[in-house]
Amino acid sequence: MKPIVVIVAFFVLFALHQDTWNWSDSTLWFGFLPAGLGYHAAYSVVVSIFWLLVSRLAWPSRVEQWAEEGSDSPH
Amino acid sequence: MTSFYILVGYLLLLVGLGLVTNRLFKGTSADYFVVGRSVGSFLLLMSVFGTTMTGFALVGSTGKAYSSGVGVYGMMASWSGLIHSAVFFAVGIRLWAVGKRHGYLTQCEYFRDRFESPALGYFLFPVLVLLVIPYLLVGVIAAGKFIQPTTAGLFPEAFPMPPLPDGRPHPLTGGIPPAIGGGVICLIVLFYVFFGGLRGAVWANAFQTIVFMATGVIAFWMISKNLGGLKAASEAVAASEFGAPRLAREGMMGQLQFFSYFFVPLSVGMFPHLFQHWLTAKSAKSFRLTVVAFPVFIMIVWLPCILIGVWAAGYLDPAQVPNANAVLGRMINDLVHSPVLTGLVGAGVLAAIMSSLDSQFMCVGTMFTNDIVVRVFGRDRFSDTQKIWIARGFILAVVGVTYVLAIWLKDSAHVFDLGVWCFSGFASLFPIVFASVYWKGVTKAGVFASLLTSVVLWSILFYRDIFATKTAAQKGEELLVAGMMPVMPLVIASAVALVVVSLLTKRPSDATLKKFFA
Repeated sequence: MKPIVVIVAFFVLFALHQDTWNWSDSTLWFGFLPAGLGYHAAYSVVVSIFWLLVSRLAWPSRVEQWAEEGSDSPH
Repeated sequence: MTSFYILVGYLLLLVGLGLVTNRLFKGTSADYFVVGRSVGSFLLLMSVFGTTMTGFALVGSTGKAYSSGVGVYGMMASWSGLIHSAVFFAVGIRLWAVGKRHGYLTQCEYFRDRFESPALGYFLFPVLVLLVIPYLLVGVIAAGKFIQPTTAGLFPEAFPMPPLPDGRPHPLTGGIPPAIGGGVICLIVLFYVFFGGLRGAVWANAFQTIVFMATGVIAFWMISKNLGGLKAASEAVAASEFGAPRLAREGMMGQLQFFSYFFVPLSVGMFPHLFQHWLTAKSAKSFRLTVVAFPVFIMIVWLPCILIGVWAAGYLDPAQVPNANAVLGRMINDLVHSPVLTGLVGAGVLAAIMSSLDSQFMCVGTMFTNDIVVRVFGRDRFSDTQKIWIARGFILAVVGVTYVLAIWLKDSAHVFDLGVWCFSGFASLFPIVFASVYWKGVTKAGVFASLLTSVVLWSILFYRDIFATKTAAQKGEELLVAGMMPVMPLVIASAVALVVVSLLTKRPSDATLKKFFA
């Protein structure tokens, strides 16, 4: 996956955080979960799935290679 | 007495864990400062999460939800889930790689080389230490203040309190005073960090993270059961005059305030204690689990506490809640009547506090050793063993100074306000670390301009919030700048200064850029 795809997807997620349409909604999802809280709990799960996809498809493995090949550390 | 025994048992378990991890200590400075760069995925996740979550995650979040409603989760927790993982992925992995390649142990070592400026290290050092110290104070004072009411009534002869003006006995009579409670917490953290270094902190954090995650969920389950179930608990809030508005965000917080909070979690990019934890990773792959699981881990801790806080808004009489931070304790005492659960939640709160304190004590000791002593006398002046003992001396001194300051300031009204200012200060330095790993054109002059802008603007806003005279309406309210959190103008001003001055000044030499960029 190209970095630009990750960056665009990240900013889509970023924009979805500002859920102004839920601002005054106090509906209880499943009878107990306030809408503003339920939305953001679901959002947290979606964010984790996003990072799972990034870790599978766009992991910076070159960084690791660079760190290993030039290690001159006494520590 | 049962809850007290559970607290004591928990602290003894930590001492035992400290003894076990001390046996794993390999006696080298690399092992003492960065666990020999050998930490795998699970331990990295647990230690970084434990370090990042403070006592606020359990006690403060519940109180804040009681005061400001469900929006607290979106504003604080789900922003943190997105931004923390992004910072670990975009900055943490690259700093780990630079640290491994060149053997860095502290941020000052890295920035000094990256910008070819020894002066930058000396300028940055006091800024970082001064931002960490209040964070430490909040932890020690919070631990002491939490233990006193938790143990109230247990030792009336040893710790008597004068009766209230109306003749009723003082509610804290017989509770262990903050000076003793905070002191015990400092000594236990000192024990496993002093001997085991960061390895001791990493293992203790993993254990403590499991404890505070589990206790929050158990408290949630017990409280919801005693409120008649999830639906009954939430419906009672909807029917209550005080609680109903807290089920939405309208009137509870501004939209710009909600948005601008995203700048606060950027602070993790510049926390010295997190930098040190990043350096412990065995490989870049070790970061995977941390990046992926962090948002869900935050949800597991915060969601139950936010719901308990909102339910409290429907259950407790607001006239009987002078301090929102006491809401979690009140809900447990009023609804569960279980000394076992009280003890377990107490252990969970202490776990959240101590899992941050240990890494912070460790990082300040590491900074004084490597950025001051080793820097002044030369890397080859001291043997490995001497460096470890120098660090131990500094850790002992930092714990001592923190404890004395905590006792001196424990009744100050502003200590807990310092937390958000520490985060804001670290966040204002984020543009520097981000530019350092991605922008070859960022310059030494740009970094100094950014640092100076941050220090001056932070000082002005801090003065306005903490020391300036406030109207009656402003007292107790968070300082907002044109409706936004102060951290937003801080980060923007810092970034603008960095970019503008860097564009006008000479970039580092090609040799330096080659050293830091693949």
